[in-house]
Amino acid sequence: MTGVVAVKAVERRLVGWLPRRVPVVLVAVAVAQAVLVVVQADALARAVAGLDARLLIVVGAAVAGRAVLAWVGSDVAGRAAAQVKARLRTALLARPSAGAGGARVTLLTRGLDAVDPFFAGYVPQLVAACVVPPVVLARLGAADWVSAVVVAVTVPLVPVFGALVGARTAQWTGRQWGLLRRLGGHFRDVVAGLSTLRAFGRAGHQSVVVRRLAEEHRRATMGALRVAFLSSLVVELVCSLSVALVAVPVGLRLMEGRLELAKGLLVLLLAPEVYAPLRALGSRFHASAEGVAVAGEVFGVLDASAAAQGGRPVPRREVGGAPEIVLEEVTVRYPGADRPALAGVSLRVAPGERVAVTGPSGAGKSTLLAVLAGLVVPESGRVLVDGVPLEEMDVAQWRSRLGWVPQRPHLFAASVADNIRLGVPDADAGQVRAAACAAGAEEFIEALPEGYATVLGEGGAGLSAGQRQRLAIARAFVTRAPVMLLDEPTARLDVRSEGLLVQAVRRLLEGRSAVMVAHRPALLGAADRVVRLVDGRLVSDASPAAGTGASEGTAAA
Amino acid sequence: MSKTRKAEQVAGVTGPGGGVGGGGRGGVRGLRGLSSVVRPYAGRLVWAMAAGVAAELCGLGLVAAAAWLIARAAQQPTMAALSVAIVAVRGFALGKGALRYLERLAGHDVALRALAQLRGRVFDALAARGRGPRDLRDGEALSGLVSDVEAVQDLLLRCVLPAVTAVVCGAVGVAVCAVAVPVTAVPLTAGLLVAGVVLPWAAWTAGARAAARVVRQRRRLAVCALDVLDGAEDLAVFGAAERFHARAVEAARRLEQAERAASRIAGVVGAAGSAVQGATAAVVAWQAVRSGADQVQVAVVALTALVAVEAVMPLAGAAQRMRDVLASARRMAALLASPPPAQSRGGAAVPAGPLSVELLGVTVAFDAAVSPAHGRAAWDGVALDRVDVRVERGRRVAIVGASGAGKSTLLAAVAGAVTPLAGSVQLAGRDLAAYAEDDVRAAVRGLTQDAHVFAGSVRANLLLARPDASQRQLEAAARRARFLEVVRELPEGWDTVVGEGGRALSGGQRQRLLLARALLADPPVLVLDEPTEALDTATADEITRELLTWPGGGTLLLVTHRLAALGDADEVLVVDRGRVVQRGRHDDLVARPGAYRDLWEAERLSA
Repeated sequence: MTGVVAVKAVERRLVGWLPRRVPVVLVAVAVAQAVLVVVQADALARAVAGLDARLLIVVGAAVAGRAVLAWVGSDVAGRAAAQVKARLRTALLARPSAGAGGARVTLLTRGLDAVDPFFAGYVPQLVAACVVPPVVLARLGAADWVSAVVVAVTVPLVPVFGALVGARTAQWTGRQWGLLRRLGGHFRDVVAGLSTLRAFGRAGHQSVVVRRLAEEHRRATMGALRVAFLSSLVVELVCSLSVALVAVPVGLRLMEGRLELAKGLLVLLLAPEVYAPLRALGSRFHASAEGVAVAGEVFGVLDASAAAQGGRPVPRREVGGAPEIVLEEVTVRYPGADRPALAGVSLRVAPGERVAVTGPSGAGKSTLLAVLAGLVVPESGRVLVDGVPLEEMDVAQWRSRLGWVPQRPHLFAASVADNIRLGVPDADAGQVRAAACAAGAEEFIEALPEGYATVLGEGGAGLSAGQRQRLAIARAFVTRAPVMLLDEPTARLDVRSEGLLVQAVRRLLEGRSAVMVAHRPALLGAADRVVRLVDGRLVSDASPAAGTGASEGTAAA
Repeated sequence: MSKTRKAEQVAGVTGPGGGVGGGGRGGVRGLRGLSSVVRPYAGRLVWAMAAGVAAELCGLGLVAAAAWLIARAAQQPTMAALSVAIVAVRGFALGKGALRYLERLAGHDVALRALAQLRGRVFDALAARGRGPRDLRDGEALSGLVSDVEAVQDLLLRCVLPAVTAVVCGAVGVAVCAVAVPVTAVPLTAGLLVAGVVLPWAAWTAGARAAARVVRQRRRLAVCALDVLDGAEDLAVFGAAERFHARAVEAARRLEQAERAASRIAGVVGAAGSAVQGATAAVVAWQAVRSGADQVQVAVVALTALVAVEAVMPLAGAAQRMRDVLASARRMAALLASPPPAQSRGGAAVPAGPLSVELLGVTVAFDAAVSPAHGRAAWDGVALDRVDVRVERGRRVAIVGASGAGKSTLLAAVAGAVTPLAGSVQLAGRDLAAYAEDDVRAAVRGLTQDAHVFAGSVRANLLLARPDASQRQLEAAARRARFLEVVRELPEGWDTVVGEGGRALSGGQRQRLLLARALLADPPVLVLDEPTEALDTATADEITRELLTWPGGGTLLLVTHRLAALGDADEVLVVDRGRVVQRGRHDDLVARPGAYRDLWEAERLSA
């Protein structure tokens, strides 16, 4: 029951995303459709009864009008669907994906297509089901009230039976759902694991299992469908029998001369039109169910990150020159984590000083860099830049003074040159080339099919880890920023790539302040000082020459 | 539509396999390939078609009989003259509903049988390929394949069945009109051709272009969105977030336009369908009136025309769906037709017990490599470059090096999963080619990077390695992999179902399961690729040390990036850019300057 309520809530919310004029247009279209249905049936009945070919012009006009209306309706609905999807996509784009970018992209491209049947099918049909039957019924009543009464009595049976049977089947298929899902997913599972099956010599065995489970899947699905199709059978029977219930007495009354032919035909033509929109509504509703589920997922994302966001306004304050950076008792705790990622870390980076940070994975090294970049706001403590607290500065302006070389730099689907000038979009070709040169990247860039204009594939596919890192360093070079943040750029690189990268880093750090996470000896050599983080705490602070010194404490200003 | 398909679509994984605008002769050939899948169920298919046609004819009969009844009744004949029609009207009404129900059941039954058949055949075809379908590890390609296979359902339910019904009902409609008022058969035929041939053709061609545009824009949006989402930090720090966000929003807007264009075509086709329907009925009635037919005849032909055209209107939708289905069918046919690789392997018996492994000047090119994750461009297409390695039987060797250096490729070469461009891989002194492929696979196995956790129970996942293993053996392997403690904490122990890809397990638990499975297999040559990845370092070192010192068992080749526990390895190989650059015992390698010592010092600092 709560499930149904939740679905209804999602539907209401989904409708709320429609541009306001869409429901108005849909109602107008439905009313016009209903009127034309009546006009068409009326003209056709009289044409046939009176053998009057001239009335067929009216029929033709009504038909043309209905076609135009159908086109307008579907165009409005289709447009609305596309528009709502675009809005939802834009909203989703603004929400951080917390590493699950691929899944989010699927949701926001193909996943959202599932809402099409909701807007293009269900919503217009719902409007039609509310508007058309009363109008047609009114005309029916004017022509022959006896038939109208029969129709009026039987029409409610359609939704009632539909809902009753639907509820029963939902219960039944709900129980089967897990089984069906498991059986249906088996094929995907074994294909994904085919090489494992082959390695263990089980592929032949699975070949039999695949067939057996597919057969079981068929049997289980058919069991579910037998019940599920019942609802449409019931609805269809109700409609057909109702039409027959109207048609037969009409025939008898015609025979007795108590009804004229034109009216009889009109009744016969109009009666099915009362049931038709309701009958179609059921199948449209089922077709839109998955779209509603996807919408629920989307709203989940929107709600979750809306709660997580909420920064504070940043008062602007100019900063200039080569800064002194001081961390004072900085503590960071991620939601859901049992211990803080950084616990009371204090550190001073003098202007022009290069500090290396070491420590086991999970010690908080990357978090430290994220705090400095203003990507993570500390729970307590503060970061001072030339004595000014970071939270009082314009974060964009602070970042314009930073260069950033993360462990896995993201390369964008743009040209190599545009990737390099990410932070300085108006940098000219000369500056880009100089940066690439300084990063030791110009050699492989020029070997690319179109050099600097080569558009990189998704996530920089086609480049090695070392080449990506050198592009990231070129990216940092272009900014001419006085402070560099590097996150273990040589991790897991081969010897030659590491060598090239260390040279590039040394050039990059010349005359700049830097905080870099590093472990490999070659990179540590580029630092003036090494600090060590363990479990979010700074445990030692030494010059690289002294190795891992034991001096507990910090160098806070 | 099955619930499973729905579930997958909710997850956003299915959809037309990517191909758009297919069709043509190749598509027809694809259909021929699929027809063999459907052929065993031809009888059932005909039954479903018959039910569908009969249901639609009942609808036609219902309207025609009702029209006749009313028009005839107005002429005030005797009751007897009408009673047949009265019974007919009721009979048709009941028959239509019941037959429609039967058709849907029979149709889905055939479609699911064909699907089951196709799944089996596709699986066999994939399994028969020389190498595992590596490309399928990528979720997108796997989803494409799965939805291609499922397209066979739509082919039957949404293309073939409606087409048969439409053709038969159209023909019967024409026949009814021809009998009632002969001249009306001509306009009805014309209307049917427009609604059943011209409109579907228009929907096919115009729809193809629109759909291709949607696919193009969707792809573009996916790329832009991935940049915004995965590159969020880089964009924030470099102050480029707004620029790239605007780019993604622009892509979303273009996709919206493409989708609108596509929906406009669908709308126009639908509206044209109802226009043709109404116009046909009007012209038919007009002709009947002009030819001097009486009221009964006019009523019958006009309403018959309406229903007959309505029966062919689904063809436009079927044509649009057919385009995607044909593309899928073509891919399936190509897959099923690909001949099994030549098995020109020797039949020498693989000796029992631990085996020696030797690589002689082995060179592997990247296309054949296992894990080209990074650096295709970097190493000039060579994953292994003239590698010489000899591992005596029963020895335990660790392989270390950078990511992409060729460690996994080396294991794959030993397992016979990649074929060297040059050089020879030898097992127990003979080239791999001397043995049957299955024997090599049985002799050299363990834990590879593409190891898969299946959706079944934990026990079933382990037993895969040795179906006849006893509970004691199972527990012994699990204990060594530190997996036993995981099993004990699982809600249903050994019978816990882990979900597809081991979704119910954490990364570390999954890794331990895979290791336990490899240890249970206990092959003559055990290859382990990063078995302790995703474990905490203390546990990882403990497991590694045990692997290297455990008495008994086969020859061990262990790829790892943790060096701390390698003191017990008989030999350590350092691989860099496809070559073995250092080899020796851990203590000796640490003692002299070089790549290994650098790695060692970095590890100590990050410990």
